[in-house]
Amino acid sequence: MDFLRFLYKPKNELEKGGRQSAPVTVGEGEITKPCPNCHNQIPLSQLWENAHCCPICDHHFRMTSRQRLHYLVDRDSFTELFEDVRTKDVLSFPGYQKKLETTENACGEKEGVVCGEALINGEPCALFVMEPYFMMGSMGAAVGEKITRLFDYATERGLPVLGFTVSGGARMQEGIISLMQMAKTSGAALRHSQAGLFYAAVLTDPTTGGVTASFAMEGDVILAEPGATIGFAGARVIEQTTRRKLPQGFQKADFLLKHGFVDAIVPRKQQRETLSMLLRMHKGGEGRG
Amino acid sequence: MAKTAIERVRMARANNRPTGKDYIDNLFEGFFELHGDRQFGDDPAIVGGVAFLEGRPVTVVAIEKGHGVRERMSRNFGAPNPEGYRKAMRLMRQAEKFGRPVVCFVDTSGAYCGIEAEERGQGEAIAQSITTMLSLRVPALSLLIGEGGSGGALALAAGDEVWMLENAIYSVISPEGCASILWKDASRAADAAESLRLTAEDALGFGVVERVIPEKELGRESFYQSLKEALSGKITELAALDPDERLQKRAERFRKIGAY
Repeated sequence: MDFLRFLYKPKNELEKGGRQSAPVTVGEGEITKPCPNCHNQIPLSQLWENAHCCPICDHHFRMTSRQRLHYLVDRDSFTELFEDVRTKDVLSFPGYQKKLETTENACGEKEGVVCGEALINGEPCALFVMEPYFMMGSMGAAVGEKITRLFDYATERGLPVLGFTVSGGARMQEGIISLMQMAKTSGAALRHSQAGLFYAAVLTDPTTGGVTASFAMEGDVILAEPGATIGFAGARVIEQTTRRKLPQGFQKADFLLKHGFVDAIVPRKQQRETLSMLLRMHKGGEGRG
Repeated sequence: MAKTAIERVRMARANNRPTGKDYIDNLFEGFFELHGDRQFGDDPAIVGGVAFLEGRPVTVVAIEKGHGVRERMSRNFGAPNPEGYRKAMRLMRQAEKFGRPVVCFVDTSGAYCGIEAEERGQGEAIAQSITTMLSLRVPALSLLIGEGGSGGALALAAGDEVWMLENAIYSVISPEGCASILWKDASRAADAAESLRLTAEDALGFGVVERVIPEKELGRESFYQSLKEALSGKITELAALDPDERLQKRAERFRKIGAY
């Protein structure tokens, strides 16, 4: 009776034949990683070949700042800047010093953002890439200082800035100092903008809190990765405060596009082309007086 | 005896504490309120308009919590929505056009966290408000009069100087929020308040505010009189500077916080 199937509308996942089996082949002894979206086991080698996107459902896996740079910039073109800027436990906040040490050991980065200068398809730019595995890219004094320096560096040299954001927000272990980084980075982005230079922000999963309320939303062009959660307040906090059920897709990239807060959603594999084209488009036209 | 941090938090939130409108009524003459952001609506949590400060026209923006349950509800407990910040930006740009100094009064537990606030871009509104204030070519002063709650407060505190009442607080997160995230225990708010260093003396020590206003006579005529003189004096001082110099100083003010 298989030929009558087209008359029949499946009511749920099971009637559709359940979860699709993976069209990926896993070699013997190969290390795999489960996709958080389609739950298939994906061999790491295929993830690397596919810009850390699921080859089955295109879910964009979270990735480290170094992995992102690997896919994004021209080979050997990246020069890291300000890598020695590190935070201090100015508040002597309970447990913070230890947390910093264990995080650095586990993550291999010294802080929550990597800055530098690079070429993308031959186009020069200054760029910062936030690091999800360093306290979820939270912004303390070091992150604020590095991003501020990067904008100032780009302003002095007439370079455009590309910024990849991923952040849980301000780093509360640095109290009011971390809050002030929002104004500090915004000031630097403003100076860069007033010099007529181009800044594109690419918001990746998740971009929230004080980062959303500062440099993430200050780009001339603001892009988002598919499926990224982007917002100011956390979804759980909103649910608890308002005691209302959140709408489907709340604070997802599509939601922001619909409400007019991002310019486009660009899949990871297209970002190199899109960003290099935007860099070329913003080189300053003949219309400038 | 010195008050503990959590006692300061309670004082900053106290019902009987003067709110934004009390300052407007007592410090300025002829306040004319201007409503709406010209894009979406009018946020009752932010009051703004034009008034005279010792004869000099100024633009005033205040986050208003209200007194009493009914008024507090109508003011959304001083939690602004994006249209509130957009109204503030509109009034600040208008101040710039007419060369009027800007005075902001900040008192909020934070920008409102709600579904519609996110739909209308709460993060974008705060980011733009910070940038607007940083770029204003007229003098801009902010006073933290009660709660200085995170980005929602900073949005109106990115001017030339920030002053803080003795028992006001300024923090990146509420002590309750901090305790529940870090220790999964909101009842440890007192510990969090201590660790966050959110008092006026702390803020002064970190260079986050320039002046702490004593509260001994809070709410009395003498309190407003001396505050009025201080404000007026500071504005005269700031207005004497060249706008470019003022903007540069304002930028440096934030640039040096948490520098290496």
